[in-house]
Amino acid sequence: MTAHDPQQAARPNTPTTTYLYDNYDTAFVRERVAEFREQVRRRLEGATTEEEFRPFRLMNGLYLQLHAYMLRVAIPYGTLTARQMRSLADIADKWDKGYGHFTTRQNLQFNWPKLVDVPDILEALAEVEMHAIQTSGNCIRNVTADHFSGVAADEYEDPRPTAEFLRQWSSLHSEFSFLPRKFKIAVSGAAQDRAAVKVHDIGLRVVAGPGGEPGYEVYVGGGLGRSPFVGKVVREFLPREDLLAYLEAILRVYNRFGRRDNKYKARIKILVHETGLDQIRAEVEAEFAAMDRTPFAHDAEEFARIAAFFAPPPYETLPAQSEALQSAKRENPAFAAFAEVNVSAHKIDGYAIVTVSLKPTGGIPGDATSAQMRVLADASEKFGFGELRVSHEQNIVLPHVKKDDLFALWRMLDAAGLATANVGLLTDIISCPGLDYCSLATARSIPIAQAISRRFKDEERQREIGRLGIKISGCINACGHHHVGAIGVLGLEKKGQESYQITLGGDPSLSASVGELLGPGVGADQVADVIEHIVDFYLSERQGEERFIDTWRRLGHARFKDVLRREGENGADI
Amino acid sequence: MALISEGKFVEDEWRHLADEEDLPRSGKIVVSQQRLEEALAGLGPEQGLGVRLPNTADPAAIAPYFSRLSLIAIAFPAFTDGRGFSLARLVRRAGFKGELRASGRLVADQALHARQCGFDTIEIPHDIAQRQNEAQWAKALGSYAETYQEGYGTRGSILERRRKAAL
Repeated sequence: MTAHDPQQAARPNTPTTTYLYDNYDTAFVRERVAEFREQVRRRLEGATTEEEFRPFRLMNGLYLQLHAYMLRVAIPYGTLTARQMRSLADIADKWDKGYGHFTTRQNLQFNWPKLVDVPDILEALAEVEMHAIQTSGNCIRNVTADHFSGVAADEYEDPRPTAEFLRQWSSLHSEFSFLPRKFKIAVSGAAQDRAAVKVHDIGLRVVAGPGGEPGYEVYVGGGLGRSPFVGKVVREFLPREDLLAYLEAILRVYNRFGRRDNKYKARIKILVHETGLDQIRAEVEAEFAAMDRTPFAHDAEEFARIAAFFAPPPYETLPAQSEALQSAKRENPAFAAFAEVNVSAHKIDGYAIVTVSLKPTGGIPGDATSAQMRVLADASEKFGFGELRVSHEQNIVLPHVKKDDLFALWRMLDAAGLATANVGLLTDIISCPGLDYCSLATARSIPIAQAISRRFKDEERQREIGRLGIKISGCINACGHHHVGAIGVLGLEKKGQESYQITLGGDPSLSASVGELLGPGVGADQVADVIEHIVDFYLSERQGEERFIDTWRRLGHARFKDVLRREGENGADI
Repeated sequence: MALISEGKFVEDEWRHLADEEDLPRSGKIVVSQQRLEEALAGLGPEQGLGVRLPNTADPAAIAPYFSRLSLIAIAFPAFTDGRGFSLARLVRRAGFKGELRASGRLVADQALHARQCGFDTIEIPHDIAQRQNEAQWAKALGSYAETYQEGYGTRGSILERRRKAAL
């Protein structure tokens, strides 16, 4: 079966640019729903205690939050079809409060489902080849990938076939469903790393081997949370046919030897740190050598079967430059700003990648209403082969838009409040849900993001400031990735008050670094002030086109600390 | 303790021998790893011998005894502690052909995990057996026609079946 099989093409609204379930996948996801329905029934009947139920509801994406259950739906490698997006909108209307929240792990969260409805929601998801499998729990989580996969101009290979291959292998893995802690894998296939592979338990980069054949550079032991670590190279080149076997070896070593005495020391990053990279590598290689490879003998064929689905859509042959785009930009400054900021280079002439910001001024980062989801679905069908992506920056990507169509698309988005021109700029803030929703949080995140967003709402000023990532977490678990924000904000609780620590110099890309603490925590109402002072100092010191992170690296952290110390003398309590 | 095999509650012919108990003259017994040598020397030729292992056991240390062991019981100190699943795989890989038993507070939802990792039987405390009856264990075991991975007691992985269908 290939991606352009007539049987597949007959499905409504389904592009042939992403993986489509066969009968086995369909049966598996259906069986999973039936299993969960039975698990809920047994829980309600008392056959299972809450403690016994917990890992199984988590492995189906269901959390018990502060006020209600939360269901986290998997969007494997961030790829969605228009039909799937519409189904998410329908679920939001029918079983939730008419909106959903896109997360930093390319998932979608519904914040208000009822336990008894969850099996029906999962059934509705299965209808459109979706699920909530392993979006939580101490298992291999939903595998993430570059949101520009398949279209990025700097790409070596589309990482999504690898991610889909891993999705299948990791689903209901009998041996690795009760790990010491959660396990996250990210895949990238481009020169620039948009998947943050160095801050995952395992990061994979598709690279060319000695004979030019594709394989993987394998990182292990990266992660954020309360002890941030940058991942280390455990294997410089792993041939593709060895991928599953090698990952199984890593997981087996981790499952056997990872710490289980303290949940904060249970991630593989701690095992790597405490055991040492060389020793871990030796153990993984020994396990890999001892394995029975028979079950993996045909992995290369299976990979090829999966890869065939990720075919390019039927692009038109177009000139590289679009006259229509140029004249629309001249006539409409707001559109020109959008085209400047939210549009990225596509590998095919005449096409562009459009990132739709879910960060309007004063909005909740990553939230989309059901109406907006439907507009996005419509827009993708009208202008982009019916395909959408979710980025880990909590935005939505339309990966294949003709440059000639950009203005019409912008008008459609603008009418739905989806044309904020701030992608990659200061108000494109990553934020976790914080204390407004999450039972782990120690402080609110969303109101901080909203305050910063309002303070810097002037888009011209943002463009003047340039690329600057602000990332906010409401507790040390770091779901908002504050460690790798050029400016990171961490909300803590001190003597019953919310207190925010600010870090500078974090970087999630291949030049990965963890941010450094600026000083003692500040109050919720001071965060925007402090950030403004830092930004003003950067603007006064930067040379030419220098990015914030580069100015910070050049000047050194102490200079930035000085600014705040001076401000502190002027009355700000920092 | 209650014993489950293939989704059915079955009679347990084995007796767990505590470390302070004398070796009995008859019957099948399971001893701790520390008493393995003593049991091998002291048991009658008709008596079956089994060993119980902590989930941190080294499979290489136990492999030399495989031919004289009819049962290995791997402890699950908590149902969320998955080390026993990896150890079971390693014990099977090292060539153990006898009965492999998961022993601890496992729940019905793990029936399939246990079988795929090579366990034949599951030994659970009575309080769990009372809440989770035979029908629940049987249903959980039959939840999936096929899974993506190759495992013990499966009909072949989804990947394998796809490949054969394409040939």
